[in-house]
Amino acid sequence: MNPANYLYLAALLFTIGAAGVLIRRNAIVVFMCVELMLNACNLAFVTFSRMHGNLDGQVIAFFTMVVAAAEVVVGLAIIVSIFRSRHSASVDDANLMKL
Amino acid sequence: MMTALSTLASSPAVQLAATTSRTSTGEAVQFWVLATIAVLGALGTVLMKKSVHSALSLAGTMIVLAVFYLAQGAYFLGIVQIVVYTGAIMMLFLFVVMLVGITAADSLKETLKGQRWMAAGCGIGFGILLIAGIGNASLDTFAGAGQANSGGNVQGLARLVFTNYVWAFEITGALLITAAVGAMVLTHRERTEERRTQRELSEARVRDGLQVTPLPPPGTYARHNAVDIPALLPDGSTSDLSVSSTLRDRGQIRDVSTDAMRRLAALDQSAAEWLGRKGLKAEDVTGAGEIATSASDRAEEGAK
Repeated sequence: MNPANYLYLAALLFTIGAAGVLIRRNAIVVFMCVELMLNACNLAFVTFSRMHGNLDGQVIAFFTMVVAAAEVVVGLAIIVSIFRSRHSASVDDANLMKL
Repeated sequence: MMTALSTLASSPAVQLAATTSRTSTGEAVQFWVLATIAVLGALGTVLMKKSVHSALSLAGTMIVLAVFYLAQGAYFLGIVQIVVYTGAIMMLFLFVVMLVGITAADSLKETLKGQRWMAAGCGIGFGILLIAGIGNASLDTFAGAGQANSGGNVQGLARLVFTNYVWAFEITGALLITAAVGAMVLTHRERTEERRTQRELSEARVRDGLQVTPLPPPGTYARHNAVDIPALLPDGSTSDLSVSSTLRDRGQIRDVSTDAMRRLAALDQSAAEWLGRKGLKAEDVTGAGEIATSASDRAEEGAK
């Protein structure tokens, strides 16, 4: 098997995630699709790291994971606080830049 | 342990697998099986109606990706993927789904006309472009992870993180602290009015006059005491107040007030058949038919 197949898989997962961000209205599911895109990027990083035989790609993937963890914490806090004030988790309802 | 790992990493088999430009047959089989599961999980994340199902599909995809990391020699990242993503992040998602998700159905009203189809078309076009781009790229270098992992995967990563990437690593620490404080600030609520005492609450109840006594518990005198079975009032009717309003809204209330009579009637019927009194009508034997009809009538009324 050609190791570039991992890259095709990463591209496919990224595409599915991007389409999900555009299609879905529920803010939580949109967030999960963003996570899917980040994971696809990580897979590409790890594959490139193996192809080129150095560990830099893995370090970048590690940093991506840390940033994703921080992003999820803040994003979910925002979703919870919007849900408290507007009683909806739909991205259509949060059309005002105030609570 | 560490020496065992490093000897494993520097063993001839690993070196051999690293120097070939194509992966082994075993890895190919693993890739094709698990890639299918990963894509199905990703599609499930996008297409599932309930957000809990989406979260579980995404967790499956992430576990498959962890296996891919392990197969590609990124041992540390594989374990971190399982611990951080499926362990911490997905559980955080499930917590928020529990807090928010029950009433948060996807709205079917289209704010922009034809937005879904346009978004799906954009996604397909983007995917075609991305995959064609990878297909045209020259990807003939394949060094393998064996040489890079020769001193141990964790040791190699640690050397890079604390030398070349030490600045990014320290910034990451600041980012994590900021995120934790930010989440606390965002979800913290200041209490603006004084908490109402028990005396004030009871006075308000009497003033409104709607329900002065405590609400009846579910299942009282109703043969079962499960939460979805309403209490029976003295006249045999059921009390809607005794069941939680969520179950009432979903229509998940079970009425068992006629079950005993129906079971008795069925028993009498089968006894009559077993004794061979087929010539007699069921009503003549025990009055079972009467009970059965009255029970079924009441059941129909209850259904209405």
